[in-house]
Amino acid sequence: MELVFEQLAPLPREQKVVIDARHTRWASPYGLTTLLCVAQSRLERADFTVPEHTDTASYWARTGFFRHAADLYELHGHVPRHREGESDVLLEITPIVQSADVHGVVGRIKDKSAEILHGQLGLDMAVTGRFGMTLSEACGNIVEHAGQGGWVAVQTYAYRKRLGRRVVVIAVCDAGVGFRQSLESSPAHRTSDRWDDSRALEAAVLRAVSRYRHGDDGRGQGLAQIRKFVAKWNGKLSVRSGTARLAIVPGWDEDEPMQETLPYFPGSQMQIIIPEKVADNASATLSSRSTAARPAVRAS
Amino acid sequence: MSLVIDVGTVLRDSVSVFYSSLLTRHTGAAVRNEIERRVVEVGSPVVTTIDFSKIDLLDVSCADEIVAKLLLRYYEGNNGLTGYLLLQGIRDDHLDAIDAVLEKRNLALVAWHDGQAELHGIVDETERRHWEIVRELGPVTSDRVSEQLGTTDVQTTTQLTRLWSRRLLRYEDAHFTVPGTVEPAVGEHAQ
Repeated sequence: MELVFEQLAPLPREQKVVIDARHTRWASPYGLTTLLCVAQSRLERADFTVPEHTDTASYWARTGFFRHAADLYELHGHVPRHREGESDVLLEITPIVQSADVHGVVGRIKDKSAEILHGQLGLDMAVTGRFGMTLSEACGNIVEHAGQGGWVAVQTYAYRKRLGRRVVVIAVCDAGVGFRQSLESSPAHRTSDRWDDSRALEAAVLRAVSRYRHGDDGRGQGLAQIRKFVAKWNGKLSVRSGTARLAIVPGWDEDEPMQETLPYFPGSQMQIIIPEKVADNASATLSSRSTAARPAVRAS
Repeated sequence: MSLVIDVGTVLRDSVSVFYSSLLTRHTGAAVRNEIERRVVEVGSPVVTTIDFSKIDLLDVSCADEIVAKLLLRYYEGNNGLTGYLLLQGIRDDHLDAIDAVLEKRNLALVAWHDGQAELHGIVDETERRHWEIVRELGPVTSDRVSEQLGTTDVQTTTQLTRLWSRRLLRYEDAHFTVPGTVEPAVGEHAQ
């Protein structure tokens, strides 16, 4: 997605763009939810060319991507028919606008998450409730802070190239105000020379600072709980907002804890990865990043 | 007089009949307001117990709105919320959220589980030892606690008074008890 952001960042919001996904072979829940945010971030309705590879397009259809993309993009190419009931899609891409949507999402995955987290990933049964809580907090952030709706998707897949194990992935993305602007709206906020998107992410994710903390000391706990959950299950958390991306990196991954001066993209994009439990925790296999083709952008 | 409030029923009555989990601040605020309304309507219950046994999931944001803010409202003392606030029917995953919000706001409360009172939240070791002696022996006088712990009368009285002022102990007729011990809550309505 960084390549997409890089191409979008210099373009005025009102300029029409084409998201060319014809040669795409794969996309994570993070990638798909973020592609919907891309459409929301444009003032002129963007064009979108559907992946040509049948399996890819079919998989994107199973995630519910095209159903929502049809409302946001001018779609070009063959859109496969949407089929439900695929076991690897724990939660199809779902819009989050209000509190009721969070209840709906958590309720929908309740039964299936126990089967997948415990049955397929070998995690303790205790993970199920905590997983629901984490999902709720992540989605609640959109309702509380984004200023506009966002998207959530949950999926399991084999993370072979990086980890050699199955993982469950939660992606929660929006194109709203982002962490920096959200914190700047607090009466307690004091701008300094060092204030930027990366400092805003550190404040919110690592120090549990919230725009509502002024007058309400209990705020900012949602992200702290997400971090706790991720640490407990040896998972990875990454949050991108504006021009920065912060990651809580487990031993099995090589990501950078903080990336700054990235191409600007509005809102916040969060990804949580929880890996399958294996008998020998030290046996995680590290390898190079996936080289699967990603969508490209062109101005038109 | 004691009052038991089934928070699952409150959730369904005040937010949605389809919900079984306490999620989001919006939901938590609505549930807390309804709990407050019911407590004030009954009129000064000595012990109010919030029963979580019909709740599936509880997230931190909702726990902060319901548990932490309700405790703070009890401390305000000018809103018709009087007496002691207890929890019951909480599970381990509920406790994750409840402990987090109590810690964040430096609060503590008493919860009942299988007929046993438990202390949750922020209490120091000395406070906890005094509270546990009262749980074990109560109703009990300060002198008896002092004797059991081998502390001075002043030290013991200071600790017990602190626990009483935090509403973690009751004090009646010169005896301390854990709230909910002497006057067990037995119904949905005022007893």
